[in-house]
Amino acid sequence: MKNEVKIHGVSSSSLKGRREFLKLSGMAVAGTGLFLAGCSSDEKIELNSSFSSTAKMGNNGHFPGVKNGVFDLGGNDFGVLTYAYALEQLEADFYTKVVNASGFSSTFNDIEKEVLTDLYHHEVIHREFFKTALTSGLPNPKHQLLPNLSFTYGDLNFNNRDQVLATAKALEDTGVAAYNGAGRLLSNPDYLLLAGKIVSVEARHASAIRSLINPNSKDFAGNDVVDTTTGLDVSKNPSEVALIAATFITTPFTAKYLP
Amino acid sequence: MNILKFIESFTTENMMNVKGSRRDIFSQVGLVGKNAALTAIPFGIAALTSTKASAAVKDSTSGNPVAALQLALTLEYLENEFYQLGLDSGVIPAGGREEKVFMQIAAHEADHVTFLQNGLGANSISKPTFDFTVGGVFDPFNKTGIGNADAYTQFLVLAQAFEDTGVRAYKGQAANLISTPDLLTAALRIHSVEARHASEVRRLRGLKGWITGSERGAGMPAATQAVYNGEEVTSQAGFNTALLFGAAAGSEAYDEPLTGAEAVAIASLFIV
Repeated sequence: MKNEVKIHGVSSSSLKGRREFLKLSGMAVAGTGLFLAGCSSDEKIELNSSFSSTAKMGNNGHFPGVKNGVFDLGGNDFGVLTYAYALEQLEADFYTKVVNASGFSSTFNDIEKEVLTDLYHHEVIHREFFKTALTSGLPNPKHQLLPNLSFTYGDLNFNNRDQVLATAKALEDTGVAAYNGAGRLLSNPDYLLLAGKIVSVEARHASAIRSLINPNSKDFAGNDVVDTTTGLDVSKNPSEVALIAATFITTPFTAKYLP
Repeated sequence: MNILKFIESFTTENMMNVKGSRRDIFSQVGLVGKNAALTAIPFGIAALTSTKASAAVKDSTSGNPVAALQLALTLEYLENEFYQLGLDSGVIPAGGREEKVFMQIAAHEADHVTFLQNGLGANSISKPTFDFTVGGVFDPFNKTGIGNADAYTQFLVLAQAFEDTGVRAYKGQAANLISTPDLLTAALRIHSVEARHASEVRRLRGLKGWITGSERGAGMPAATQAVYNGEEVTSQAGFNTALLFGAAAGSEAYDEPLTGAEAVAIASLFIV
């Protein structure tokens, strides 16, 4: 399918693979704003024990905020929540554009419109939830709250059903992988539960979008996302997710304190 | 470890998380008033009503990864056997979407069983004996000749209930795995697969893939309401999720957990 965003089969240990992804995405690679400072492109980023133990020890000063002129997501729980806020901003922005596209009512059938409108609602709610939670939780939200990000979708035609659904699929699968990978980075069980409440809804979304694209199939939980030996879903570290998000996010930011 | 012993211990540990009396639990489970069904569920309920060890229960909130995974394995055993029996029964329409869907789901549940058995090692538990008729209330495999169409309708009902229960049960155990990050990640990766399954089964039944309020959805018998009670939450960490688009969207945007005791009470309905 033209413009299908390939997020699987991309080796995280291969720079070529990542470039391949960006090429296959069919979108203008404008998202160079995201700097993976401290993360070599050809190095698989593992969650090592030193990070893990650091993460449990408190914030160590790594709050979100501008460092060297660029907003850094920060580390530890607030870093993970800010990372989630960035992803929810992306999803919310995407579906806002989908449902407001000039041809929305004619591009999609009734079921598709219902699904996409629901997803628009859910993702905007998630975004506003994180904004509110971080504003009240961060000690200095004026400087530590992630600003509103800007996005690009390249040459994506929001009045093209297949392109919109393919991008939705990529975003939802990425959301599932991101939350699955981020759970272990949280030290506060309340935050972990909140992430759990959201990730299963993202997975319900991913399944529904995949089912809309290919209803007569096992794609709702396809072998491209669920491991055929273990039955485990995709899981990605922030640095891996950043490569995908960078395709869409034009606002520069860094994630120096997330694995 | 004996499955019933496990269920009792788990349920007792989580007793403090259970709101309501024995009567409430029966009411929540809503067993359509059939005595036959009640005989199939004595254990979880009995354990819930036990008054022993209440002091110890208060100290168990720090989390027990082994018990969390044993609960997970119990649910996976249940799903695995259910789907395998369904595929073997001929009730699932062959050659189309339904068969592809349930073959894929069955494959995942079988993988989850193996994965959790290996993960638990010596702490693994043996498979319980299941009764998916709940003492004769259901006939999802057309054993008594109600016909494949009616049996498949019941099969779908139970599949939806099992998947939505699975999503909520795993979510409720996440915090118990916070001290074991590898196990937490694995459980989260199973959790989202269950959610993918739940969405597809619900959509096969003509519902939305997500849960609105505490609605069990059209065609779901009252007996399944315990799976959906508590899903209507519209306040998340103090944020009113109903503010922007109403309570329906606000509740849909978040799935709620089940406590271990609540999940065990549901699973116990199907354990002989």
